[in-house]
Amino acid sequence: MTNSLLRRLSPLLLGGCLALAMSPSQPAGAEELRIGYLAPTTGIFAAVGKDMVDGFQMYLDDHKKGFGGADVKFIVEDEQGKPDTAVTKAKKLVLQDKVHMFVGGLLASTGYALAPVSSKDAIYISSVAAADDLTQRDLAKFPYFIRTGWSSSQPSHPFGQWACEQGYKKIVAIGADYAFGYEVIGGFQRAFEACGGQIVQKIWPPLGTKDFGPYIPTIKADADAIFTLMVGPMSLQFPKQLAAAGNKKPVIGGGTSYDEFVLPAMGDEVIGHVSALMYSAAIDTPKNAAFVKAYRAKYGKVPSYYSEVNYTTAQMIDEVMTKNKGKYPGSDEFIKQLNAVKIDSIRGPVSIDDMRNPVQNIYIKKVEKKKMFGYDKDELWNTVIKTYANVNQFGQFKKDEFLKTPVYSRDFPPCKFCN
Amino acid sequence: MLKSQKIKIMIVAAALVAIAVIVPNTNSFVILLVTRALAFSILVMSLDILLGYTGLASLGQAAYLGVGAYATAILATKYNFGLGWDFWLVIVFGILFSAALAAVFGLLAIRATGVYFLMITLALGQCVWGLAYRWNSLTGGDNGINLRGRPKFGIDLANDVTFFYVVFGFFAVSLLLMYVLVRSPFGRSLSGIRERELRMQILGYNTWLHKYIAFIIAGGFGGLSGVLWAHTAGIVSPENVVLTTSVDALLMAVLGGAGTLVGGVIGTFIVIALREYLSTLVPWWQYVLGAVYVLTILYLPSGLMGIPERIRQRRNALGKPDDPKKLATAPS
Repeated sequence: MTNSLLRRLSPLLLGGCLALAMSPSQPAGAEELRIGYLAPTTGIFAAVGKDMVDGFQMYLDDHKKGFGGADVKFIVEDEQGKPDTAVTKAKKLVLQDKVHMFVGGLLASTGYALAPVSSKDAIYISSVAAADDLTQRDLAKFPYFIRTGWSSSQPSHPFGQWACEQGYKKIVAIGADYAFGYEVIGGFQRAFEACGGQIVQKIWPPLGTKDFGPYIPTIKADADAIFTLMVGPMSLQFPKQLAAAGNKKPVIGGGTSYDEFVLPAMGDEVIGHVSALMYSAAIDTPKNAAFVKAYRAKYGKVPSYYSEVNYTTAQMIDEVMTKNKGKYPGSDEFIKQLNAVKIDSIRGPVSIDDMRNPVQNIYIKKVEKKKMFGYDKDELWNTVIKTYANVNQFGQFKKDEFLKTPVYSRDFPPCKFCN
Repeated sequence: MLKSQKIKIMIVAAALVAIAVIVPNTNSFVILLVTRALAFSILVMSLDILLGYTGLASLGQAAYLGVGAYATAILATKYNFGLGWDFWLVIVFGILFSAALAAVFGLLAIRATGVYFLMITLALGQCVWGLAYRWNSLTGGDNGINLRGRPKFGIDLANDVTFFYVVFGFFAVSLLLMYVLVRSPFGRSLSGIRERELRMQILGYNTWLHKYIAFIIAGGFGGLSGVLWAHTAGIVSPENVVLTTSVDALLMAVLGGAGTLVGGVIGTFIVIALREYLSTLVPWWQYVLGAVYVLTILYLPSGLMGIPERIRQRRNALGKPDDPKKLATAPS
């Protein structure tokens, strides 16, 4: 009988063990600054996630004495590139680790999911997740949210104008089928059509598509150029398959299509492609040269925008903490002070506007094969061909009018010239 | 038979009481995870009715969770409905919608068996995913829907401990109902269908109808799970209805032991503990999860709930005379 009871008790014992294993571990310490960090360290976005973490980590390693002397505790959690998981992990950071702030989140959809987790207890600093509306129409809902990276459509607005200047009249857009894709392409469409261009077709392959075979042949033959917006592994596959299909049209694209997280792995087929973003590893300033060299020496690859924005985000947090002599000033005050920070970052001057989104330079970049910063091999670099200085999230458009229109989506702006 | 059954029930009851007492005293992240696990295990148990008791391996169970969850989220954000006493109506709607969907899908799926059933449920589940992903105006597409706040009616569910107790209550009632179901004559005939459908037909049972009803009931419980899940996670996205969620549910049921109900719950707790908790401690948690799956399939084909039986066999093999009574009560 006792034996059988013991046998039957085993599930219970197992449960008990689990409960014990989950028992709490409380952090303590007076002058501690706890920063939670969310990045996809597994899954298809793992390479991007690594750049994000490395960028932030590098600043912390370089500035051990910074942050006004506060003892920085940096806790990285894997959000797996899924909004749902990101929310769970953010709650873990808030509830269990009692972080002062959580930073990161990759996808725009993750950004939308994470913003509601922010509260007086823990603010959310979005360094990468670029979801437009968080600093536009939804701003008032999230008083403890601030952005140090960019809004998805921010580089697209000047880029659309640039496309007009090149004499393009008709462009086909092909982009990942989710919030970020809609916003980057939407911004480009608005700007491009405002100066007389036409988007004649929009193609939406699902996020994570690896075979573009069904999409490439449908690209309209009479277009002057192709605008692409790829993320993660898609960025690598699309240009290859486009070239293999014998494309002769000029190709331009959103920043993530040619960002340095994937550029070193790309082939010569991308030479001449043009994209727009607030960072390029090839920005020719001493500051950036030093950063690229140090980063490359440490991690064995050129930094991507994911590395740079997170490095700079850490720098901005440092700025505020230094001003407060290492004491966390409380979430309201911290947001206010972070909002007022003006720094000369690696990517150029950065400040934050009254809707808590950065104002920064947007670089139009062309992929070229050349030597840079004294490296002796020919490599692909995103050479800056034009700089739009101090661009805010509304670009050339008026803020009030802009906010009256809905957020960019699959159906907005409507594709007037698609037939 | 009766005695061992009683002991089993007592152990489960004791485990439930232990959860109800211990969990609220742990840290709030653990409370959140246990709430999640409880909500999700309702779905896993509903799948177990199909998989373990009827012998129908469904790969589309997440669809019903999705319907319940999306119904909750859409009602709450678009119509401001279900954030007070009407929360109970949402529960009913969630169950009804999912059961209705199961009634439609069942018409298509029940005709098939084995791999074909698996394929059809997979396809139907993907249809729901497609809708969730593409019907932007209703579902928010890939962004999903954020729920702002939990219902408040006398008690405030925004409090994690209160909410835990509510989910726990639904879980306990679901477990009880499903247990009664599988022990009822209806449940017995389901087991009969699992063992040998032809024989049941010859005996005069309408096996199609039995399976159809089981399918609808499972769908209904899936909907309940979805409503609770929506409020637990605070976000509903296509991720909830994607194929991997269905596969997860299937693996959890198999891991714990199909055809035991409680096994599915244990499976859910283990997988969620590994995936959501171990992953915060070590980066190699996926290997642990993989190893657990592989080892279970290799050495415990009847899942973790098969462990007592394995020990019994081992002991018998060591020379103790076989107890004929025990053989007769081998778990179904």
